[in-house]
Amino acid sequence: MSLLTVSGVSKRFENAPGPITRLADRLTGQDSRRTVHALSDVSLSVAQGEVLGLVGESGCGKSTLGRLVSGIYAPSDGDIRLHGQPVATEHRGSVTKTTTRVQMIHQDPFASLDPRMRVGETIAEGPRQHGLWSASEAAQNTRDLLEQVGLEGAYADRLPHQFSGGQRQRIAIARALAMQPDLLVLDEAVASLDVSIQAQVLNLFMDLRKRLGLTAIFISHDLGVVRHVCDRVAIMYLGRVVEMGSAETLYANPQHPYTRALLASVPTLGTGRAAFHPIKGEIPSPLNPPSGCAFHPRCPHAGPRCHAEVRMLSDIGTQQSACHLHHGGTSEEAA
Amino acid sequence: MSAALDVRGLTTRFDTRKGPVTAVNDVSFSVQPGRIMGLVGESGSGKSVTGFSILGLIDAPGQITEGQVLVDGTDLRSLSPDALRRMRGKHVAMVFQDPMMTLNPVLRVGDQMAMAVRVHDRVSKSAAWDRARQALETVGIPAPAERLRAYPHQLSGGMRQRVAIATALLHRPSVIIADEPTTALDVSIQGQILAEVRRLADETDTAIVWVTHDLAVVSSLADDICVMYAGRIVESGSAEAVLSAPKHPYTRGLIDSVPARHAPGQPLPQIPGATPQLINLPQGCAFRPRCPRATDLCAMQPPQAGEAHFALCHHPLTGSQT
Amino acid sequence: MMPDVSIDHDTLSPDGATSTTASGAPVQTRAARLRAFWSDFCRAPVAVVSLIVIILLAVVSFGAPWVSPQDPYDMASLDWMDAFLKPGSVGAGGYTHWLGTDNVGRDMLSAIFYGLRTSFVIGLSAGVLALALGICVGLSAAYFGGRLESLLMRIIDLQLSMPAILLALVLVAMMGQGVGQIILALVVAQYAYFARTTHGAATVERGKDYIEAARSTPLPARRVVFRHLLPNVLPPLIVVATVQVASAIALEATLSFLGVGLPLTEPSLGSLISNGFKYIHTDRTWLSIYPGVFLMITVVAINLVGDQVRHVLDPRNQR
Repeated sequence: MSLLTVSGVSKRFENAPGPITRLADRLTGQDSRRTVHALSDVSLSVAQGEVLGLVGESGCGKSTLGRLVSGIYAPSDGDIRLHGQPVATEHRGSVTKTTTRVQMIHQDPFASLDPRMRVGETIAEGPRQHGLWSASEAAQNTRDLLEQVGLEGAYADRLPHQFSGGQRQRIAIARALAMQPDLLVLDEAVASLDVSIQAQVLNLFMDLRKRLGLTAIFISHDLGVVRHVCDRVAIMYLGRVVEMGSAETLYANPQHPYTRALLASVPTLGTGRAAFHPIKGEIPSPLNPPSGCAFHPRCPHAGPRCHAEVRMLSDIGTQQSACHLHHGGTSEEAA
Repeated sequence: MSAALDVRGLTTRFDTRKGPVTAVNDVSFSVQPGRIMGLVGESGSGKSVTGFSILGLIDAPGQITEGQVLVDGTDLRSLSPDALRRMRGKHVAMVFQDPMMTLNPVLRVGDQMAMAVRVHDRVSKSAAWDRARQALETVGIPAPAERLRAYPHQLSGGMRQRVAIATALLHRPSVIIADEPTTALDVSIQGQILAEVRRLADETDTAIVWVTHDLAVVSSLADDICVMYAGRIVESGSAEAVLSAPKHPYTRGLIDSVPARHAPGQPLPQIPGATPQLINLPQGCAFRPRCPRATDLCAMQPPQAGEAHFALCHHPLTGSQT
Repeated sequence: MMPDVSIDHDTLSPDGATSTTASGAPVQTRAARLRAFWSDFCRAPVAVVSLIVIILLAVVSFGAPWVSPQDPYDMASLDWMDAFLKPGSVGAGGYTHWLGTDNVGRDMLSAIFYGLRTSFVIGLSAGVLALALGICVGLSAAYFGGRLESLLMRIIDLQLSMPAILLALVLVAMMGQGVGQIILALVVAQYAYFARTTHGAATVERGKDYIEAARSTPLPARRVVFRHLLPNVLPPLIVVATVQVASAIALEATLSFLGVGLPLTEPSLGSLISNGFKYIHTDRTWLSIYPGVFLMITVVAINLVGDQVRHVLDPRNQR
């Protein structure tokens, strides 16, 4: 039974030109409306107790997916359900989150905590607002949570600027846990931390996961970190999941050419100089994505079919991959 | 062969309200022509300030209080502001983390690169454009003539950084200081740039100081490594030696905390505590409160720097302990 | 070339973590921050002098009934024989008129003290009310966005394109004279500055992660706006407020000078200047000059203090 199901989700962002721009457009015959296809037809699920990694480069839509799951955005198409219930509703362009059971941890702990609110109040305001904590137990619960994330309970009276980056990220984790979430979304939660602090926060996450049985979506650009903490990994490219599978098999035996290229282009410690092979070409803009498979302009195996046709994610062994190579080849005749 | 860059006893101090802060403390290293030196450290270690100090780009309330910065044997600190300006760009150039620090958003790439050529060399405009095009070619930019006519905002982040590197290369400087130039870029674009930079260093005589927090980048790029902690270089040596057999407990801890080196799901060895505040450094060795090997000696006196592959430590690790 | 569009929030800044604080950093209390603010403020002697001047002016104006030699409202205490006495002369009351007297024998120093009080009351109330109104308009525009934002901000733009004095003149002309009417006119003329500043600051804050975190908890809009957004947009507004108080004082003086403000029976600095202006071509220049000097000192002092507060609060100037 899946805790979270994401089915056929797309997200488009459109700029809404003002009346003056629209008038200018009409006069000059231009069209300044732009649509960014941030996510196209993404389906995946997360089982209870599982940690799913979302990996990709900028423009791949991993953060957009995280925000959709967290109920900050609503999908343009498709739906996202937790325990079978939608996480957010949209009415006339304004999104209302309908669950408290998904909580998000942001990348930059210097931006995600209100600089003028004491951390104790920051942690307690959510559960107080939703009646999870009574006024009398709030103080004790806050202290307990702070201790659970490795800080002192007395820190509740301090302001965010009195903490280092790693400590702030612990506070952000405590704030999320205070809502007793069924699902945590961590958006690049360790990316802005120093290596030594990153290890501390990753250890905390793995420890909490063991103790509390957390389910999480772990968004990161760092393949090494994802391999370390995730059970299953989805590789994303330009708004689509191109490969998905258990961390173990995906890293050992990547199927999609993008996954292979990505793994090969990451510099790793101890492999020596010039041991990496960069992917050629630039990341295309989501404003103007290539036809067919979005990776085809950079793909060493691309054939005519890749220009014309998008390959959906389909099973290949225990993994899933979205490449024509594994499904009849890349030449036109194969289609 | 004499060093392209020789930094001796460089010390930079900032006067803050809470008192003086020594961001760079007695830093010495040298880089030979055609070699890449990785200057590694976490935030607050002073690695970026070191880079800026080398070019004399320190503004009040900061000041360089001591040391020499020898580029091709000329001490930059002894030069007049005018002479220093003539050295910058010609003999020593800088690449920033954000390429828009060097690129003017309202000028075409070619115009500003040509201007950078003509600041130091009296050549015609078309000759300058030619030089700019060649520079873009050297950093592996496809269709360079077309890129020259573009404005910076029309280029992607990776392309802008390549333009910034090409601009730094225009006068074939002896030394390039690169401050986290690939940190803001995507993995696949970073890979492309690292490969180009490695090739450039091998093919030209330019010495490069690559300032970064990322050990993996350094391991695939650098010939030599200096590890900084709390304003000091705590370990330096060849990249291979430092990464495979670190002597300083801090370097060891940094390398150990990289997840890729451990089985998935296992707790990562971590350096306890947080980076100390420079305003309030511990007595003796600054790493002592976080160090598993610390003794009373470490509290009493700071360790002294040593030879080729040295670690600023009273109790350096030896090969058998790694 | 494709434009570089980033729709993801995938910016990486491993060095973004500054080492301003670390574990075991001493707890910085509100009092300590105030002390730090004060010591920074004192770096500019001009601002300190200005602050002292403002305090002195406030003391003499609000304590006018006790410190001034005469009650300028009390017609019985005026003596026609004392009219147009030169500064420094001794009048029928037996005391020295340091700044002279006016056409009805009113002691100018007393009139200025009382006038200053009126000016302060009007300036402060107009400033505070305009601040409150501006915050409401600016915050709702920034938080709710969409059509409401466009509508409100276009009204503000329209209003800011007209001189404030013109708007205030029309309003006072419509509503008639009196302290309440003047304050109302000044609020309407000035709230737009606050609304614009609030909107600007709130638009920046609205995009920050802590607001997104609060919304994704989810917390109700009311709480996000008043507990998170408002406290973070307040500091720049305080600075605008000091400057706007000074400009409200000047505006009121202008209105009174033009004859649509306060009557001379309720003297403000403006009406005093206006009254004296009738005699500016005679040798009785003190009638206009002294109230003018006080007005100038007040406005300049408030602006200097405001400037220094802005300078200290600016994070770029903090070390």
